[in-house]
Amino acid sequence: MLENPTIRKSCTIEQHRIVIDDKLIWSSGPHVPFSDFAKGAFHHLDIDYPKFYKMDALSKLAFLAAEYILQDEDKNELALVLANRSGSLDTDVKHQESIQNTDNYYPRPATFVYTLSNICAGEIAIRHGLQTEQAFFVAEEFPEETIFAYADYLLQSGKAKRVLCGWVEYFQEAYRAVLYLV
Amino acid sequence: MAFDSIYIHDINCVTPLGIDLASNWTQLLMGNSGLVQHDVGRIKNIYTSKLAPAEVLALLTPAGDSTLLEQMLFTAAKPIVEKHAPTSRTALILSTTKGNVNTRLTVLAKKMAEVLGFQTQPIIVSQACVSGLLALSVAKRLIQIGQYDDAVVLAGDVVSEFVVSGFQAFQAMSPFPCKPFDNDRAGVSLGEAAACVYVSKEKGEFKILGEASINDANHISGPSRTGEGLLQSIQQAANEARVDITDIDFISAHGTATLYNDEMEAIAFHRLGLQDIPIHSLKGYYGHTLGASGLLETVIVLQCMRTGVFIPTAGFEKLGVSKPLNIIRQISRGKLNRLLKTASGFGGSNAAMVLEKM
Repeated sequence: MLENPTIRKSCTIEQHRIVIDDKLIWSSGPHVPFSDFAKGAFHHLDIDYPKFYKMDALSKLAFLAAEYILQDEDKNELALVLANRSGSLDTDVKHQESIQNTDNYYPRPATFVYTLSNICAGEIAIRHGLQTEQAFFVAEEFPEETIFAYADYLLQSGKAKRVLCGWVEYFQEAYRAVLYLV
Repeated sequence: MAFDSIYIHDINCVTPLGIDLASNWTQLLMGNSGLVQHDVGRIKNIYTSKLAPAEVLALLTPAGDSTLLEQMLFTAAKPIVEKHAPTSRTALILSTTKGNVNTRLTVLAKKMAEVLGFQTQPIIVSQACVSGLLALSVAKRLIQIGQYDDAVVLAGDVVSEFVVSGFQAFQAMSPFPCKPFDNDRAGVSLGEAAACVYVSKEKGEFKILGEASINDANHISGPSRTGEGLLQSIQQAANEARVDITDIDFISAHGTATLYNDEMEAIAFHRLGLQDIPIHSLKGYYGHTLGASGLLETVIVLQCMRTGVFIPTAGFEKLGVSKPLNIIRQISRGKLNRLLKTASGFGGSNAAMVLEKM
């Protein structure tokens, strides 16, 4: 039978809070929009990474969760396995709006590139130099069995030494990230 | 730890060249391409590979309110699930980038699982243009780790104004049918397709020897200049396969016909000493079918292995990458027992798989 790999660390971002292993690390005021929350959480990290500001909301969320959980962690042979419910739908809507009307037809490459769910994983890989196994799944709820079985395969096969896996969901201000280091 | 070997049994596809594998194969042997000028929404006269109205009429319909994509997926999968009825230990792995466009992929997956009679929750892989090949790896991996006994891998994407407008904004659309690896290549042509593969630990016609999917960690929309992620994917696939990677008969490349992609692939293949292995891209026949491409092209090259036929690279005339490649120019027959399939895509994605005929 399958056994879940050992979870070494977790990071949850929801309801304006960033929690690592049940410890509140940072929070913003309760009624700020996600963009302000994300900006505050990014400033709290005190890192120089201007690319952050160009990212779409899903990538910002995934980036922040990865940044907080990977502080002081060994990133050697760290695979990345993410899942969410809405894919890139939040940005898909923005791209669709840009081509909706003939009078105002202006598709932008900088938006279109984020109309793929795995781009947020690509952003994490770039930031942390993860030239490693990567996969993005979409499911109604966090597909715990699939994700942990997949992570278990990567570890047992020797295709990764550790796996950053979990849930990164963003759609029109509703967001939730739960990442695990196994 | 050593895992059980995983095999591919039955394969099928639905494309503008035909709504089953046999008709696709006939068209490929005749050298026909699906790429013709179409209007896609308000975008006029763009070379795309789209199903003709008569073909759409011939598709099976899973339910009254089905979309084109759902009909294509259902038509591709139906003969496979009729032969291998899904059990409580059979996975459905769906690969797509945009699905029904502007709707959740989970709705599509749930519908396909229902109409095809799956008992398990569908698994959706959405990893840009490597999705189709990665979905096949996911099936293999989840069977090997013991979560399932077998799997139906189903991939599909359609041509939409959503995607065409985006590629146009990137100035990545070719003004003529795409010309992979050619000196005059000027970008991609898009296409629509569905493909389906049955995978199991029972012995079958083809064996998956090894696979990997390593990210470039370099750029979200451009491939690595050094081909590092693709190179590592191929190396790891060969390691798992326990073969010298130059000991293969054939490479089915991604070959989108953008300047950067084809150059990146040539560099990766050259770094691995693969420049003399016969190689093709199928994009000149089907266009880039996005989330379907990796699986569709695997289906076609497995048929190549079945028959010992090398399908050439439609659109290719004169080498236009900085490293030599042995591009297949004419249809030919020869020893074809083991091959390498690769794919690369946005987000720095890469995938590679070594497959062998039993």
